[in-house]
Amino acid sequence: MAVCIAVIAKENYPLYIRSVATQNELKFHYTVHTSLDVVEEKISSVGKALGDQRELYLGLLYPTEDYKVYGYVTNSKVKFVIVVDSSNTSLRDNEIRSMFRKLHNSFTDVMCNPFYNPGDPIQSKAFNGVVSGMMVQTG
Amino acid sequence: MAGSQWDLPPELCCRPMAFVALTGLDVVYNAVHRAIWDAFCANRRADRVPISFKVLAGDHEYPKCRTKRTSYEWYIPKGILKTGWMNKHLNLVPALVVLFYELDWDDPQWKEKQSECATKVEIVRTSLQGRNAKVAVVLIQKKTPLPPGEDLVASERAQALCTACDLSGKSLFVLPHTDHLVGYIIRLENAFYEHAQTYYYTEIRRVKSHKEFLNKTTHQLLFVRHQFKIAFFSELKQDTQNALKYYRTAYSLVHELRAHETNMLEIKTMAGFINYKICRLCFQHNTPLDAIAQFRKHMDQCKKKIGCAELAFEHSAWMSKQFQSFGELFDEAIKLGLTAIQTQNPGFYYQQAACYTQDRKQLAHQLCQAGASYPSPDPLDTQSGGLDFYGQRPWRQGHQSIDPQDAEKEKVGILALQIKERDVPHSELIIALLGNAVAQFKKYKCPRMKSHLMVQMGEEYYHAKDYTKAFKLLDYVMCDYRTERWCALLTDILSTALRCAYLMASVKDYILYCMELLGRASDLKEEQKSRIEKNLLKVLMNDVPEPEPDCDPSSVGAARSLWTDRMALAGSNEMTIEVQDYIPFIQCKAKFQSPSFHVDQPIQLQVFVRADCPHPVSFNKLSVSLSNQEYNQWCVAESSGQEDMTLLPGKPKRYRFSFVAKTEDVGKKIEITGIELMMGSDNGRCVFLSWRGAGGDAASAHEALQSSRSSRRWARGNEAHPELDWDGITLQNSTMIISRVPKISVVLSHQPPILTNEMYCIRLAVQSQEDAVARDVQLTTGLKPGQDANLSQTTHVTLDAFKVCDDSAASLLPDVPLGDLQPGGTLEKCIYFRCGSTGPRVFLFHVAYSVETAVEGRQIICKCHKDETVTIDTLVPFDVSVKFVSTKFEPLDRVAVDIPFLLLTDVVSSSPWPLLLASSSLQLLTLTSNTPQLQSQLQEVVLQTAECATECFCLRCPPGTNDNNTVATGQYLISWRRQSSNPDGPLIQTTVTLPHIILESVPVYIYADLPSFGRVRESLPVRYHIENRTSLVQEVEMAVEPSDAFMFSGLKQVRLRILPGTEQQMLYNYYPLMAGYQTLPQLNINLPRCQSSNTQALKRFLPQRIFVKPQGRQPEDASIAAA
Repeated sequence: MAVCIAVIAKENYPLYIRSVATQNELKFHYTVHTSLDVVEEKISSVGKALGDQRELYLGLLYPTEDYKVYGYVTNSKVKFVIVVDSSNTSLRDNEIRSMFRKLHNSFTDVMCNPFYNPGDPIQSKAFNGVVSGMMVQTG
Repeated sequence: MAGSQWDLPPELCCRPMAFVALTGLDVVYNAVHRAIWDAFCANRRADRVPISFKVLAGDHEYPKCRTKRTSYEWYIPKGILKTGWMNKHLNLVPALVVLFYELDWDDPQWKEKQSECATKVEIVRTSLQGRNAKVAVVLIQKKTPLPPGEDLVASERAQALCTACDLSGKSLFVLPHTDHLVGYIIRLENAFYEHAQTYYYTEIRRVKSHKEFLNKTTHQLLFVRHQFKIAFFSELKQDTQNALKYYRTAYSLVHELRAHETNMLEIKTMAGFINYKICRLCFQHNTPLDAIAQFRKHMDQCKKKIGCAELAFEHSAWMSKQFQSFGELFDEAIKLGLTAIQTQNPGFYYQQAACYTQDRKQLAHQLCQAGASYPSPDPLDTQSGGLDFYGQRPWRQGHQSIDPQDAEKEKVGILALQIKERDVPHSELIIALLGNAVAQFKKYKCPRMKSHLMVQMGEEYYHAKDYTKAFKLLDYVMCDYRTERWCALLTDILSTALRCAYLMASVKDYILYCMELLGRASDLKEEQKSRIEKNLLKVLMNDVPEPEPDCDPSSVGAARSLWTDRMALAGSNEMTIEVQDYIPFIQCKAKFQSPSFHVDQPIQLQVFVRADCPHPVSFNKLSVSLSNQEYNQWCVAESSGQEDMTLLPGKPKRYRFSFVAKTEDVGKKIEITGIELMMGSDNGRCVFLSWRGAGGDAASAHEALQSSRSSRRWARGNEAHPELDWDGITLQNSTMIISRVPKISVVLSHQPPILTNEMYCIRLAVQSQEDAVARDVQLTTGLKPGQDANLSQTTHVTLDAFKVCDDSAASLLPDVPLGDLQPGGTLEKCIYFRCGSTGPRVFLFHVAYSVETAVEGRQIICKCHKDETVTIDTLVPFDVSVKFVSTKFEPLDRVAVDIPFLLLTDVVSSSPWPLLLASSSLQLLTLTSNTPQLQSQLQEVVLQTAECATECFCLRCPPGTNDNNTVATGQYLISWRRQSSNPDGPLIQTTVTLPHIILESVPVYIYADLPSFGRVRESLPVRYHIENRTSLVQEVEMAVEPSDAFMFSGLKQVRLRILPGTEQQMLYNYYPLMAGYQTLPQLNINLPRCQSSNTQALKRFLPQRIFVKPQGRQPEDASIAAA
C-alpha cells in the first residue's frame, strides 16, 4: 500500500497530496516534486516516438533507498504519483497499475463534477475516500 | 581529520601492478644509470606493461618472511587482513630483483668482475631469504653486441657467468648502452613482466595450498583472508577475470563469518573493501549493471548491521562512505566513456551518502553527550601507532571472542570515539557530498532534484551557522518553487530563509520574507502568521523583532545586538522592495476603466488593494506612476486625506483616480509604469512596496486564469459588488487617448458612376451640431491613400469647375481651408475628380476642425475630425466603332486610290446618365474629304443609355499616294458632357483613333451616272465613264449582256482604246420592263493588255441594281401633276 499519493496538474503544481500522517509530510512533497524531473523526461521522450498511442503508466521513477516512486500521466498531462515503502516487496507491478487505474477513474469523476473548476485543488470527499483506501493504514 | 578513518586505504583504491626492484643502479652520480632509470619510469604510456619499478640498494633489506607454518592446527587467527599486507606486496616485496652490472664480454678483468657480480647476486639472494622472488642480472655494455651465435667469446662467458651466479640463462640480459636505449628497455621490461607473472602465479599456488590445512570452525577468518590474497595476487598478475571471481568468493565468505558486536566493524570494513574491488573490476570490465547489482546487494546485506548501539554513528559514516566511493567509481567510469542516464547516475549515490552523513550527524548529536572529558590514557593509542588488522578496535586488537575482554576498557574506548565524533564537522561533509550530487543532477537534467539538494545544502549551511551562504542558496532556488507553485515547499524554504534573515539582521530580506510568509502562498497556521505580522509591524516601527522560533539560542543573542545596531543606524530607514516577482501579503491591481478615452472625457483609473494577513494593516500612501509623468500628481492617495488607508484581511479596497488628458497626447498611449505603496512612517521606517506595470504578482496570472474558467463566476456576477471578486479583476495597464467625437455631419451628393475622363462632381456638405464655433475647418480629399499605384496616376482632383484638369493635378488635395463653421451652420464645397481609367476607387473626405470645450471645468481646445469614404466605380461613357464601306455600303477590305468611299462611325452610349454630344470632327491623315467640310451630324445630340449615334463621311484617297500600303487614317474627335452637368462647364474631348487601311490602285476606273430610280416603260439613261489611270494606252473590251428586265439601246459589244489619263464615256438607254429592285444588264469589261488586273474588281464600282417604280396610272398622274 502507498505511503503517499499525489495528483499534479499539467503545469506541475500539486492538485492533491496526501501522505501517511505519521511521517514527515514535507519530505514526501520533496519526493513527489523531484520525481517530476523523470516524469517530464519520460513524457518528452515517449511523445516523440509514439504520438498518441501512449502508455499512461510510466513505471518506477526513482529507485531511492527508502521509497519506490511510481508515475502515471493522463492524456491531459495530469500526473499521478504513488510512493511506496521500499521494504514493501509484496506489491507487484500489476497492483500498482490497478491502483493508478482506480485513481484515474476517481479523478475522472472529480473532473465530471460541474462545480469543480479544473486546475483548482481537489477537495472531493469521494476522491479522498478512494485515496484513503489505497494508503497504508496507520494507528 | 577524523573522517579519514572511513576513507578507503590508497593501496586498495589503486590499480595493482607487478613490483620489480632494480638494484645496482647509481641514479644520482652515474649519467648512464640515470638514463636507464629514466627510460624505465619516465613517460610510461598505457601500452607499456603494468609494472611498478623501484630503485633499491644492492643490500636492501626486504621484509622478512615469517617461518612457514607446517600446521594450522593450533593456530587461531587474530583478524581478517593485516593492515600492512597490501602495501607490502605492492611496494615492499618485489616479484623480481634485477641486478644491473657494468661488464663487457671482452673486459680485461673478466675474472674479477665475474666473481664480484656473483657476490652481488648472492647478497640479494640472502636479503630475499625465504621469498620466491626471482633474481635477474642485466649487464650494461658499451659495445653493440654481435648477432647471437657469432660471438663465441660472449656465449662462452655468458655460460660461465650464469654458472657463477647460479642463474638460468633466461635471467641474464645484456643492455648495450647505445642509441636504441628505449627499444632495449621495452624488450627488457617485457621479459621482466614474464618473470613477475610467474612469481605471482607461484604465490597464488602457495596461498591456495594452505587451504587443505584449514578447518571451518577456527579458521573462518583465514578463508576470507586467503581468497582476498589470491584475488589480489591475480590482480597483480593482471588476471582481472579471476581476481573478480576470487573477490566474489571472498565477499560471500565475509558474510558467512559469525558476526557479533565486537567484530562487526571488522566484517563491515572488509566487506566494504571487497565490495569496492568487485565494483571497480565490474566497471573496468564494462559491466556497470553488475557493479550496480553488487552494490545493491552489498547495501541490502549491510544496512542492518549496525553493530554497537553507542557507536551507531559509525555505521552511518560507513554507509555514507560506501555510497560515496561507489559514486566516485561510477563517476570515474563515466569519465572513461560509460554513459549514465537520468535515473541511474552517480548523483543518487552522492545524495544517499549525504543522507547517511545527516543520519550520522543526528546520531552523533544524540549519542555524544557534551561535557565528558577525553579519557587518559588515550584508549585509541596503540604501540605501533596504527592497527594490525583492518577494522579492529585499538584497545582490543586481535581479540576475536564474542564478549569484550574488559568492560571498563570498552567503555572508555567508546567514550573516546564519541568525543572524537563530536568534533567532526558533519555539515562540511554533508555540504561537500550534496555539492557533488548537485553537479551530477545538473548534468542529467534533473532541475527539481537539483533544487531540492540545494535546499538541503542551504539548510545544512544554516545548521553550520553560515547564514550568508544558506541565505544565498535558499534565495536562489526559492523562485523555482514559487513559479511551480508548490506552496508547502515554498513556505518551508521561506521559513528557513526568514530565520537566516533574522539572524543576519538583514532588514530588507526580513521584511520581504515576512511579507511573503503572510501572503496567500504560505500555508502557515494563523497564529504563526499573526506572530510574523507583529514582527513585521515592529520592524516598520524601527523596533527589534522577536526572534524566530527554533533558532539556535546562542545565535539569537548575537542577532539581537546586530538588530539594535541596525536600528540605531540613521538614514537607512527608507527602502523600496520590488514585490512583483514575489507573492506578498498585500496584493495590488490597477486598471483603466476603459481601453480608450476621448480627450474630452476624464480618464478614470482604479487601483484595488487587498491584504491577506490575519490582522488589519494600514498604509500611508498609494501612488501610481504613468508613462507621462505629468499625470502622476493626480494619482496619489495619502493617509492625510480623507481616504481610509486601513486594509481589512481579505477585503479588497478600491481607490479611484481621474484626470484630464492633455490635448497634445491625443493618439498616444498612457501606460501604468508602476504602483508604489508606502508602509510605515517617516519617523519609523518607510517601506515602499513597488509593483511594475499594473500590479499583480508571481501568482496572480494563474489565479486570473482559474477565475475565468470557474463556473462560479457566473453566479457571483449577480452580487451587489461584482467588481470586487478579487481574482476576476483583470489588469488594464494602458489606455489610448483618442480625439473627441466630432459633432458634425458630412454629406456627399453625387451621381455615380464616374465616366472616364469626365469632371466628376461631388458636392460636400458639412453641417455643424457643435455648441461652439468650429474653427479652421479643413478638408483633405482625394483618392484614399494606400490603393493601387496606377489609380493615383490616373486620378486627379481639383476644385476648379471650369477647366478640365490636366495630368499634373494631384490625386489628393490636402488641407483645403473651408473657414469657420457657426453652430448649426453648413459649409458646402464641390470637388471635381477626373479618372483616366476604369475600375472602382475609394475616395476620402477628411474634415478636420478645432473646437473649444470644457472638461471638468477646464477649457480645452480639441481637435476633431471626421472621415467619410465613398467607393465609386468608373465606366467608359460610350463605345465608338468605325467601319469603312464603299459608296455602295459594302464593307471594304482595301481602299482604291482616288476613288471615293465612306467612313461610318457608331457612338453607343454605355452611361446610365444621358450624354450630350456637343460636336464631332475628323482629323484626317493621308485621306481627304470628298465633300466640303460640313457641320457635325452629331451636334447637340442627346444619347440615352444604349442609344447609338451614327455619322457618315465620304472620303477619298488622293492620287499619288503610295499604293499597296497600310496607312494611318487619322482620328475622330467627340466633345461631350453629361446632359445634367453645368452648361458652363467644360466639354470633354474624347479622341478615337481610326483604324489603318490598306491601299490599292486600279488601272481602269469605271463608274456610272444613273438616276436614283427608274420607272417601268420609261427610258433610263445610263452613262458609263471609263478612266484610264495608267500611263499606258488601255484597250478595253466591253459587252452588255441581255437582261429580262430591261431592253436597252447602245453598243452591245465594243472594243475601244483609251489614252493615258483620259476617260471614255459610253451612253446606254435602258428601258425597264418590270417594277421593283431589278438587276441592271451586266456590263462585262475586259482589259486584254492588262490581264493581270482583276476585271471582277472593276465590277464592284458599277451599280448592280436599280429600283424600278411601277408605271403610274395616267389620270392619277395628272391629278398629282395638277396638285
